[in-house]
Amino acid sequence: MLPEFELLMPRTLPEALEMLAGRAPDGMPIAGGTNVIPDLRGGRYRPACLVNVAGLPELSGIRQEDGMLVIGGGVTVAEVLEDPLVARYAPVLREAARSLASPLVRNRATVAGNLANASPAADMAPPLLVLDAEVELASREGTRRVPLKDFFLGVRRTVRQPHELITAIRVPLPPATARARFFKVALRKADAIAVVNGAVRVDLGDSGFCQTARIALGAVAPTPIRAYEAERALEGHPLTPETIAQAARLAAEATRTIDDIRGSAAYRRHVTEVLVRRALEGLWSRE
Amino acid sequence: MQPKLITLTINGRTHQVALKPNVTLLHALRDLGYTDVKNGCEKGDCGACAVLLNGRAVNSCLVLAWQADGAEITTAAGLGTVDRPHPIQEALADSGGVQCGFCIPGIVVSAKALLDRNPNPTEEEIREAISGNLCRCTGYTLIVEGIRRIIESKNQ
Ligand SMILES: Cc1cc2nc3c(=O)[nH]c(=O)nc-3n(C[C@@H](O)[C@@H](O)[C@H](O)COP(=O)(O)OP(=O)(O)OC[C@H]3O[C@@H](n4cnc5c(N)ncnc54)[C@H](O)[C@@H]3O)c2cc1C
Ligand code: FES
Ligand code: FES
Repeated sequence: MLPEFELLMPRTLPEALEMLAGRAPDGMPIAGGTNVIPDLRGGRYRPACLVNVAGLPELSGIRQEDGMLVIGGGVTVAEVLEDPLVARYAPVLREAARSLASPLVRNRATVAGNLANASPAADMAPPLLVLDAEVELASREGTRRVPLKDFFLGVRRTVRQPHELITAIRVPLPPATARARFFKVALRKADAIAVVNGAVRVDLGDSGFCQTARIALGAVAPTPIRAYEAERALEGHPLTPETIAQAARLAAEATRTIDDIRGSAAYRRHVTEVLVRRALEGLWSRE
Repeated sequence: MQPKLITLTINGRTHQVALKPNVTLLHALRDLGYTDVKNGCEKGDCGACAVLLNGRAVNSCLVLAWQADGAEITTAAGLGTVDRPHPIQEALADSGGVQCGFCIPGIVVSAKALLDRNPNPTEEEIREAISGNLCRCTGYTLIVEGIRRIIESKNQ
């Protein structure tokens, strides 16, 4: 049996924001429930009130708008996997979606819920970090946008206020000269939480020198992180075995790994270096 | 925590039931007699509780019944019964992919969702489609074999 709670079922976004404002701070959004229901059962938290946001019409759909890919705050991981705009402009997000949980979970799990839940191992975080995504947060008072790199504060802690909802995730359309790749090591190939995950994105422009470099890592610190030093080691330089090796070393240095049931701190650090190196090597070699 | 009257259309039959907000779709279905939907873990890990919710395969243990108000639900028994099995059920039985049978309703639902969207899946796609369904008996080989048989017999 699940513990008792009140469940509010708004039909529109304004209604949902009104309910959350009225019930803050003890009202909690529930979307796919793939974190919330196991967490309620496990006793991780006991909210007095849940506000259902699954199916809110304003949060549905993925669209292209003013040079941005806009992923609605209610879009599921399965929808990301099937979407032609994502396949075209953000295949790295598609790769990550394919590695998240199982098809059964992906049909319920939302991208917004994955970010709001703020697990250090959230698979949607690294690809969205390398894509310079922004989180759109709405409340009764209005809407604000927060760069994803500033969204996470700690394990399961974000800048989102209890009465705010993620209404969209906005991704600038990357230039055609940029390439990106997701990576993940877990205890099995499918339906497994990452021991280490991450993504890299490099824009070589026409010059052969890295104009933009992004490296993001998960499950190696209290939040998903960017490896800024490693990015700086690439920007302004060509991608060579030496610059790649240096960036991979710096990425491993950016980690603050811990030992847990899925892997040791030392293993995570080592694997980070190997995976970042391989991902960068793979960007232009796999045709 | 007041109960609310909700409507569930299950295997083509419409039910109106008064349920409290903390009842999962899994419990609602089993209490209505749809015990082919199995309770394995209630955490989304095993897939024994899988059903089609408006055509999409989901773990019914991770859905609140109120969230399914007005939805169409199909369970494995809604696809076929012992007397009139669905081709997927027949193929799994014929291939020896069924041992204790506990995981099978969920596997049938995942396989149905796969074949509805992708009538010609590769072996890798079959394995991926059932990756959220744990089987403690078969080692999966004969289950995958069974699903492949359906595709082969259709292609003949
Ligand atoms: C068996 C299983 C395997 C899994 N495997 C993986 C995996 O491999 N990789 C991975 O990254 N994750 C995995 N997960 C977790 C993943 O399913 C979730 O993180 C999912 O993406 C959360 O989305 P949801 O819609 O289910 O969120 P919910 O559970 O509904 O909510 C999660 C959190 O987000 C908040 N929230 C939800 N929607 C919004 C919104 N619009 N605005 C503000 N806050 C919101 C809720 O209040 C809650 O705090 C797994 C889960 C299960 C059950
Ligand atoms: S009972 Fe639902 S996944 Fe195990
Ligand atoms: S046949 Fe026994 S669990 Fe699959």
